[in-house]
Amino acid sequence: MRFPADCPPFANFKPQLHQQKWEDPSILDYGGIGIEPSFQEFNQPSETQTSLPCNSNNDTKMADREDGRMCETPQANKSQDWDPRTMLNNLSFLEQKIHQLQDLVHLIVGRRGQVLGRPDELVAQQQQLITADLTSIIAQLISTAGSLLPSVKHTLSTTTPSIGQFGQLGGSFVPSGVGSGTDASVKLQNSNGSKLADQSNHTDLISNYGTEQNYSIEEHESKDEEDADEGENLPPGSYEILQLEKEEILAPHTHFCAICGKGFKRDANLRMHMRGHGDEYKTPAALAKPNKESGSEPTLIKRYSCPYAGCKRNKDHKKFQPLKTILCVKNHYKRTHCDKSYTCSRCNTKKFSVIADLKTHEKHCGKDKWLCFCGTTFSRKDKLFGHIALFQGHTPAIPLDETKGTQGPADHGEGSEASNRVGNINFSFGSTAPGGGGVVQNLMDVKESINDPTSYFSPLNFETCNFDGFHEFPRPPFEDSESSFSFLMPGSCNYTHKTGGEPNSNNLD
Amino acid sequence: MKRQRTIVTFNSNMNNNNNHLFHFLSEEIIFIILDFLNQNPIDKKAFSLACKSFYAIEAKHRKKLKPLRSEHIPKVLNRYPHVSHIDLTLCPRITDTSLTTISNACMSSLRSIDLSGSNCFSGTGLLSLAVNCKNLVEINLSNATELRDSAVAALAEAKNLEKLWLGRCKQITDMGVGCIAVGCRKLRLISLKWCPGVGDLGVGLLAVKCKDIRSLDLSYLPITDKCLPSIFKLQYLEDLVLEGCFGIDDDSLSGLKHGCKSLKKLDISSCQNITHIGLSSLTSGSGSGRLSRANHIVTWLSVTLALADSLKKLPMLQSIKLDDCPVTYAGLKAIGNWCASLRELSLSKCAEVTDESLSSLLTKHKDLRKLDITCCRKITYASIDHITNSCTALTSLRMESCTLVPREAFVLIGQRCQFLEEIDITDNEVDDEGLKSICRCSNLSSLKLGICLNITDEGVANIGMCCSKLVELDLYRCTGISDSGISAVASGCPGLEMINIAYSAIAVGCKQLAKLDIKKCSSIDDAGMIPLAHFSQNLRQINLSYSSVSDVGLLSLASISCLQSLTILHLKGLSPSGLAAALLACRGLTKVKLQATFKTLLPQALFEHLEARGCVFQWRDKFFRAELDPQCWKIQLEDIMQMQ
Repeated sequence: MRFPADCPPFANFKPQLHQQKWEDPSILDYGGIGIEPSFQEFNQPSETQTSLPCNSNNDTKMADREDGRMCETPQANKSQDWDPRTMLNNLSFLEQKIHQLQDLVHLIVGRRGQVLGRPDELVAQQQQLITADLTSIIAQLISTAGSLLPSVKHTLSTTTPSIGQFGQLGGSFVPSGVGSGTDASVKLQNSNGSKLADQSNHTDLISNYGTEQNYSIEEHESKDEEDADEGENLPPGSYEILQLEKEEILAPHTHFCAICGKGFKRDANLRMHMRGHGDEYKTPAALAKPNKESGSEPTLIKRYSCPYAGCKRNKDHKKFQPLKTILCVKNHYKRTHCDKSYTCSRCNTKKFSVIADLKTHEKHCGKDKWLCFCGTTFSRKDKLFGHIALFQGHTPAIPLDETKGTQGPADHGEGSEASNRVGNINFSFGSTAPGGGGVVQNLMDVKESINDPTSYFSPLNFETCNFDGFHEFPRPPFEDSESSFSFLMPGSCNYTHKTGGEPNSNNLD
Repeated sequence: MKRQRTIVTFNSNMNNNNNHLFHFLSEEIIFIILDFLNQNPIDKKAFSLACKSFYAIEAKHRKKLKPLRSEHIPKVLNRYPHVSHIDLTLCPRITDTSLTTISNACMSSLRSIDLSGSNCFSGTGLLSLAVNCKNLVEINLSNATELRDSAVAALAEAKNLEKLWLGRCKQITDMGVGCIAVGCRKLRLISLKWCPGVGDLGVGLLAVKCKDIRSLDLSYLPITDKCLPSIFKLQYLEDLVLEGCFGIDDDSLSGLKHGCKSLKKLDISSCQNITHIGLSSLTSGSGSGRLSRANHIVTWLSVTLALADSLKKLPMLQSIKLDDCPVTYAGLKAIGNWCASLRELSLSKCAEVTDESLSSLLTKHKDLRKLDITCCRKITYASIDHITNSCTALTSLRMESCTLVPREAFVLIGQRCQFLEEIDITDNEVDDEGLKSICRCSNLSSLKLGICLNITDEGVANIGMCCSKLVELDLYRCTGISDSGISAVASGCPGLEMINIAYSAIAVGCKQLAKLDIKKCSSIDDAGMIPLAHFSQNLRQINLSYSSVSDVGLLSLASISCLQSLTILHLKGLSPSGLAAALLACRGLTKVKLQATFKTLLPQALFEHLEARGCVFQWRDKFFRAELDPQCWKIQLEDIMQMQ
């Protein structure tokens, strides 16, 4: 935090601090709430319209609500001890989950082209899968909402109204019929859940770009909180806004030697380099930080704007939030508006646009060995079990290597070998045994039984099992997803005619 | 039973005379008749063989199957399409293929399956069971030591599962149990005994997800107080076994806020770290809620006044097992003063029990049905007098090794306790007179007379005359018994299933015989084996060690298709090739104990083949020891015991 506690702007600090934090969940809700209205527009008037304006629109709506609420709420919440790191953890967790879902949708979109035979069945199954994932995200969102909302930590009493408002918020988008007597939080889940189900139907409609765009914006916005000081809240006009061009941001070097033109990332490196161009650059004055010289006169504080139109960090945005340093701008721009070109070499799935992010990820990649069926990984077993205890329908996932290793008991090979060999051996008990005929009979029996263990190894036997289409998908379908959802959305069967999303998607397909 | 068999013959005779007469009996009526034939499988077999229609009806009627060989399963299932319970404990090797066949044949009619004892299957078979048999309610996977989490996860697809036994599934961890907890929400009974990979997390999740659990066996699990709160929140929990859970101590019990109101049976035996303090915190606690309905407690605590007082608060208590507990006179007397009468009491191996404390304990508990005073070595005639006087309704009395009880005392048992069904007087001074008196208990089904050296053929003949319901007879080391005694038993007790006549003198007529131990019956030879093989086709387990049986006898035994367990040590007349032939002929063998010398005498491939069939070999390397005189053996044993 840059300002001392008694600094004049601090008077304004609290409410706006809240506001900013209040927005976090709303930003994240893009995945669930925010996108929904955009679909309606998508479906009916035009399919070319981008979803971004809608998002912003929605965003403001939400923000207004929050603002209104914030005015009402007494400023009793002391949020100084609020830890941004836990919030960041939560946010990045959500980001990760959304990524996974995104991949899944990608996969489905890819498959759509291949299998045209039984579209209904497939759609249903895909829907199930996506719904399951989305529910988990929403459930996670709600559970993390507690830590996302700083006020919750301090006064429990404020939690209820806030969730209530969330419920309202969700409810306002959906026609009634969600179940009136239910708890507010459940209501929120209901409405979200049903809408998300719609969304999952539509995902194939929207171009990949659209989805990705939405997600990427939201998640990187959230991540940027780390760069931007959350206490930052200067009155408009009290600072100078600088906007770098896209090329400038993406340029590898920002400091160039005036003499030879060589580029540097850091000014200090440039100054070291300049020493080679002559003695005049070797003086302490020339080597010192240039800012320090002009430190005496108060300069206007500099803040930065993102050049991307429509971005919240863009100065033309209605709720513009400036970026603090050039580094923030760079990271923000790369994370939010650029391709993710760095892939993790360990898992080959996670991609990053900032190399530092990749390095951070690689430090922890592969350490999460406790897996949930929903794809979430945990570094600790008890965390996984806490997660499973919390959500319905989530199952611990058994690591693949174990599954492979135990297709059958270990003595298979041995058994077949033994039985094969027995076939060739002639036991010489005929002489001692009293009833010769009986022994021959026995020998015959033995030969017959040889077939038994060997038949076990025939690969055909594995095929004979009827798995009811278990091979259709890389993982078994969420069989009880419906039942597990029943608590989330009692009206889950209604959603089709509520918005009429499914038939549309089928037709357009 | 005999009467029913005559009916069958009668009907089939009629059937021969007039084909249509039989049609007057509707299928339902015949089903009801068949219901009465359940006790004896041979009767049912005879029924189905009477005629074609009987055969068809019996095939329709049968619900339970206990096949002997897995290779016959497809045919058997074809014949009995309505089977809902399959017990595969007798099949030596159940593979995934067998399970797939079963699941495809039975589909949703299958309700229960018992796979305990077979560990050749994996997740593939279980998955096909779980997916195809939607109504599967019970599954027993005990002893599937190779079963891994992935297989258990496949089982979790069986959503309707209510009872699950996973005892000794050593490879299973919390992850597998977690899958079960999430998948099988309707579980009512689960046994995780001896699954050392399962800990707090798995058990805790189980308690959180499966709210209907009635019975929970957590014996010998490394659980601690972390999972206890969620277990005690299970609102229907009735039976909780925490035997040998060393991680649970007094503090974890006293820290529990909720008592489990529904709990009826609590087993905390061998929990070293629980004392009466922990138990009393469970029993007293706040208000009436805690354990108020518990009627069965098994503990391992020292019985002091404090414990007796804490248990007194349980108004419904009916049964206490205090096995191996250090008891005090005051404690036992306090139990004796409870107003509620106990039904079952076990003081087995409580060395401190005296005549005085036992009689003060039993004065008020006149309704006692089961009493176990095994190895209470201080009690004498006075105790037996008191027991038989006050507890006349006893059905079970176990008093192995009560060495100070004189032979006259056993006469009292027979005189006063007429309802006894189970008596264990192994290693006692009982003589023919006492045995004669005991045989007056006409309901007797289990009688153990091992190491009773004073018994002769005369006494044993009484058993044959009076105890027609006897199922189990143990005559281990009763050296005074010869063929005449045993044949009297065999002719008088048609239902005998288990007999141990090791170290003594075999006879024909026990068709139900399942276990036979003729260890050291040196006078038994091939001549005895041939009628045995012919008549006792239900024999499962036989010990032939040290007897005079040779190749011929062994091969004749091989014709018994049920034979599963064979112990052959020190058979003088046995040749390697004879043994090989017998082993190959016994298709159902699961366990063979052999002398280590045979390992080299027989081809390795033979053993490999037999092991592939599901047979386990145990090699013993015992030296042949000349048998001591029985009295001498007993003295030696007592010497050893005193030294300890």
